[in-house]
Amino acid sequence: MTLDKNKYAELYESMLRIRRFEETAIDVFSAGKIPGFIHSYIGQEAIAAGVCAVLRPTDYITGTHRGHGHCLAKGMRMDRMMAELYGKRTGYNKGKGGSMHIADFSCGLLGCNGIVAGGIGLATGAAWGSQLQKNGRVVACFFGDGAMNRGSFHEAVNVASIWKLPIVYVVEANGWGISMPTSAAINLTDISERAKAYGIPGVSVNGYDVLAVYEAAETAVARARRGEGPTLLVCYATRIRPHDEGDPQTYRPKEDIEEAKRNDPLPRYRSFLLDNGILEEAEMKDIEERVEAEVEAALKFADESPYPAPEEALDDLFVEEVR
Amino acid sequence: MREITFAQAINEALREEMRRDPRVITLGEDIAVLGGNFGVTKGLLEEFGPERVKDTPISEDAIIGLSLGAALVGLRPVAEIMFSSFLGCCMEELYNQVAAIRYMSGGQVSVPLVVRTANSLGRSGAAQHSARPEAWFVHTPGLKVVIPSTPYDAKGLLKTAIRSDDPVMFFEHALLYYGVKGLVPEEDYTIPFGVADVKREGGDVTIVAYSMMVKKALEAAEILAEDGIEAEVVDPRTLVPFDIDTVVASVKKTHRLIVASEECGRAGVCAEIAFRVMEEAFDYLDAPIERVAAADVPVPFSPPMEEFIMPKVEDLVEAARRLVG
Repeated sequence: MTLDKNKYAELYESMLRIRRFEETAIDVFSAGKIPGFIHSYIGQEAIAAGVCAVLRPTDYITGTHRGHGHCLAKGMRMDRMMAELYGKRTGYNKGKGGSMHIADFSCGLLGCNGIVAGGIGLATGAAWGSQLQKNGRVVACFFGDGAMNRGSFHEAVNVASIWKLPIVYVVEANGWGISMPTSAAINLTDISERAKAYGIPGVSVNGYDVLAVYEAAETAVARARRGEGPTLLVCYATRIRPHDEGDPQTYRPKEDIEEAKRNDPLPRYRSFLLDNGILEEAEMKDIEERVEAEVEAALKFADESPYPAPEEALDDLFVEEVR
Repeated sequence: MREITFAQAINEALREEMRRDPRVITLGEDIAVLGGNFGVTKGLLEEFGPERVKDTPISEDAIIGLSLGAALVGLRPVAEIMFSSFLGCCMEELYNQVAAIRYMSGGQVSVPLVVRTANSLGRSGAAQHSARPEAWFVHTPGLKVVIPSTPYDAKGLLKTAIRSDDPVMFFEHALLYYGVKGLVPEEDYTIPFGVADVKREGGDVTIVAYSMMVKKALEAAEILAEDGIEAEVVDPRTLVPFDIDTVVASVKKTHRLIVASEECGRAGVCAEIAFRVMEEAFDYLDAPIERVAAADVPVPFSPPMEEFIMPKVEDLVEAARRLVG
């Protein structure tokens, strides 16, 4: 697979934006500026970056509790995301969502979701709606391997298959459901085999390799857009960080973390770009400086933004308000 | 005006709204080819075709997820959950997704979706086909709850629900589908949410009742009238929003209140209504509020036992006599 140079650069910038946003968010979380929880996507950036690079701006995605990568890869702004993490009024959700529930319907992100598998049903519904409206849109529905044991996964994938809905189910298989290894939760070595039970293609890719993800997503998205139905796209890449910041990971073998670090998708892709003469060092630096400036501006924006007035908690429940 | 059944009224509302707005679609188990387990959606498939009238697999969780997603991208789905007992199979989608998504996103989206379902106490359905779970949804911020008792109200309220940009839980009743007929105009009309209807006027005792209990309250009122007790029957018609003003106005007139529901009594809609009246009309009450509801047990199968746990006409009559006597 050969891409044009801009696409290669875009993939690098996309992954780097996620990495730097999250490293920064973890720092300020540790400093006590962010309430709630942070579920870091560090180590898995190639998945969201690779899949979203295939999508059109009008396509839809759903994210997860580990969703900063989905938001950024779909084109959301860092400053309003960071403000949402802080609980500020200028955040995407006006401070009503926080890290796990960021949404930006204007850019096609139909919400990150704090319930494991919580986005699968509505993503499938968005695909059905798109099919009925014959608008050619495709949905990429992200969730983890842990979500594959929720009943909503089964019900939705089955319907998507029988109705040939334009959706790609992207499994971010990090091998863990908090402390439970997937090997103890699913009796399959390759979990993409589950696709067979639904009569749809199941594809496994190295989720540390952004180009492999991109290529597999391109095939799956094209199939969906042709009206041929869903694909179960399993991307294997474990998380480098704990389940959430503060999780002591007593359950996790050191080698598992070491392996994730060895496979870090960013240095791997950066070397690939340099070694193959796709981008010059100076071009990389330009991207890196741009991302750094974006992160700094986001932090400043979040720091300086006001909190919502407490009584704003009573707004936004209904379109037609109720006493 | 002609007389039609409750089931026909629902069918007409669906049909007319689907004609009016191509974004309205409907889905559920056995609703298309069969025309609905209760025959409520008969003829819709033939008129609107299989894209807009969709039979689904037995997947309640997916039915609600599909509806939510379709609503988020511009359609106006009406989902049928055959029995309200089966709402237990899709509570996650309703509770954590449908109800929350607008608020949680800071008001970015509206969720124009209706969930139609049937309460079914009194048909020997036993514990898994006899639910009256409306209180769960009254207790879930982000959902509107509609629960009509007559064909006229059913049609006008369902039209309002379908035109609403907020998610609506619409509770029908299996015994009302063909158990009541009523005058329904042929021309288009809607009924606003949050406006109670006084089904019978009276000066001695107020009975707040909805769904099947309105029928029972009107029967009780007839019996009470023979004793010279005039009961006023107030049907709120929607539980969220709730028309407390009409209830309070009635209590100010009668000074006595019975709250009636087929639900299990504990922590239910009756308790909420009683509290609201206590807040707004405590000084007007001449007696403690009476609650007429079902016993707090799963519904038993055998008719004598089911009859025993249900709120009945005579329970209302006795409560009224205690209050007035």
